[in-house]
Amino acid sequence: MNAVKQFVRNPMGVVGAGMLLVVILIALLAPWLAPYDPQVRVQVTPDDILAPPDAEHLLGRDDAGKDVLSQLIYGARVSLIVGFTASFMSMFIGTTVGLVAGFYGGRVGNWLMRLVDFLMVIPDLPLMLVIIAVTGRGLTNIILVIGLLGWTYTARLVRSQVLSVKERQFVLRARSLGASAPRIILRHIFPQVVPLVIAQAVLDISVAILAESSLAFLGLGDPTLISWGMMLNFAFERAISRQAWWFLLPPGLAIVWVSLSLILIGNTLDQIVNPRLRTHHLFDARRMVALAVGVPPLAKADGAGE
Amino acid sequence: MEMRSTPILQVDNLHKYFPIPRHVGDVLARRPRRSVRAVDGVSFTVQRGEILALVGESGSGKTTVGMNVLGLQQPTEGHILFDGYDVTEWSRGHGASLEAADRFLVPLSRRRRVMTLRERAQMIFQDPYESLNPRQTIFDIVAEPLDIHRLTPSRTERRERVRTALETCGLAPADHFWDRFPAELSGGQRQRVVIAGALVLEPELLVADEPVSMLDVSIRAEILNLLRALRRERGITILYTTHDLATAGFFTDRMAVMYLGRIVELGPTVEVLSQPRHPYTRALISVVPVPNPRRRRQRVILEGEIPNPIDIPPGCRFHPRCPEAIPACREMDPRLHPVAPGHDVACLRV
Ligand SMILES: Nc1ncnc2c1ncn2[C@@H]1O[C@H](COP(=O)(O)OP(=O)(O)OP(=O)(O)O)[C@@H](O)[C@H]1O
Ligand SMILES: [Mg+2]
Repeated sequence: MNAVKQFVRNPMGVVGAGMLLVVILIALLAPWLAPYDPQVRVQVTPDDILAPPDAEHLLGRDDAGKDVLSQLIYGARVSLIVGFTASFMSMFIGTTVGLVAGFYGGRVGNWLMRLVDFLMVIPDLPLMLVIIAVTGRGLTNIILVIGLLGWTYTARLVRSQVLSVKERQFVLRARSLGASAPRIILRHIFPQVVPLVIAQAVLDISVAILAESSLAFLGLGDPTLISWGMMLNFAFERAISRQAWWFLLPPGLAIVWVSLSLILIGNTLDQIVNPRLRTHHLFDARRMVALAVGVPPLAKADGAGE
Repeated sequence: MEMRSTPILQVDNLHKYFPIPRHVGDVLARRPRRSVRAVDGVSFTVQRGEILALVGESGSGKTTVGMNVLGLQQPTEGHILFDGYDVTEWSRGHGASLEAADRFLVPLSRRRRVMTLRERAQMIFQDPYESLNPRQTIFDIVAEPLDIHRLTPSRTERRERVRTALETCGLAPADHFWDRFPAELSGGQRQRVVIAGALVLEPELLVADEPVSMLDVSIRAEILNLLRALRRERGITILYTTHDLATAGFFTDRMAVMYLGRIVELGPTVEVLSQPRHPYTRALISVVPVPNPRRRRQRVILEGEIPNPIDIPPGCRFHPRCPEAIPACREMDPRLHPVAPGHDVACLRV
């Protein structure tokens, strides 16, 4: 209850939630909202190719003469599906690894964390490119690759939290009662890390969406589906030379829109569950003004006193 | 009190050292391994139905004794016998501590024996704000021991046992409390929940580790009266840990005074308080406020701080602060020896 209140009171979070809600509604209502079916081949005349916006095609047409707005609307589905499923996978794996590594420690924990370090050091995108190039470009593969490579940060976060929670007295009490390890982990430790995990998962959704867009932009998207990244890919290859901004701009802005919404929500949740972030200098309104003006906050006060 | 039956608890020469992690520099300079000697040779016996106070300043090792008694830590040396069974023997020589028994790493038979201890002996922790899971309801907290030990076949019986435990501890009517979360209760109420959670298993031994030190003075007497009633009505044995002589004098039968990981004086509470024999005990008693100002006593103010348990002074560990120390105290480490029936003191001068 308290967390909900805090969230609602934060304008950043509310704006982010509103922005995300719009995208979710668009994705759900795509068949009704989209003026055309983007998957259907259309008969085109040379004039239709990359035609600029007009009354019938609000965002113009692409290089095959198809409606850009309809593609944009359907593209929201791919982004959200990839984002939510991949981040759910990362959340699940990362939480499990973090709980086990943090609770048991010792040799098992050390090896798990070494694996985490190893995965963290490898740059994600090149690795994803290689794997997708080898395994094929289906949507499932894309989700799996993003999900299976994206859990490391969550694992670290959960592990460090578990290390402190497991020393708390109520865990000691559970142990003195004879509670088994699974019981201690699930009943006493897991509930304390849930809020943190959720905040991180929201941020992970945007990371996953960006990863899918990057893959698609580099030509490794699912060829049977239209996604924003793929639209950008086509636009870059074929539309830039013709200055067809109506094909390039909308998918780019859509990606920014949805990532921004998730980052706003995620940061707000993070501020609520992880009080240390509240003192971050970017969230301190006073200092932000000072930064913008370029005057240290105390200098002004001194000047006034003289 | 039947003195002839097996004591419920025998602590025999208990040592608990915590090794200090060495830095690279320490290894290179060949500095020896050092450790915190939290408990350094403690022996005592508790009879059934008795309340024994373990008194000492902060850092004297009281909590460590309690944790070892309950098998929450593995003793470095020494034995702990619960109802005649050597609890430490279950773990020693098998490469697994009782802690590991919590983790399925030991054979089932040994785990079962550990579970018996976990059921028959309970601990009440110092801080009622920390010893309750903030995300469990009061009902779940008190019912959890029953679930862990699979003690209630029916839901109704489970509810009734939780109700009885809560109401015994003064949280009546129980329905009024059990849907709440710990944050909604006061410190005193929380400590009652902690006690209820310990009582629901009907334990024989209760280790109460400074159960009132975090509570308001006005609530302390209520909680201590509750503990006293438990002993009277159920014959529960209590090992009561405190740094406060006044509360110890209030309701305990015997008293052990600890200093730097050792017991320096052990005897009947009334006798220790009225005729303290160890200089440390005398110093402690002299600073307890007395209600009657005309009976003002000579105060003994100890010099210096309680030393760090890493560098324990040679000889008698109390001699650097002792107002009555003689040269021999610097060399001889005094043993606990009887000075009266049932009254032992570790001092060269008595
Ligand atoms: N896990 C541990 N690791 C290292 N040192 C420890 C550990 N537990 C306790 N100690 C040290 O052992 C000594 C005794 O601690 P203990 O908690 O038993 O004292 P206490 O008498 O209960 O004190 P308090 O009144 O502060 O609770 C202290 O110096 C403490 O710092
Ligand atoms: Mg303590």
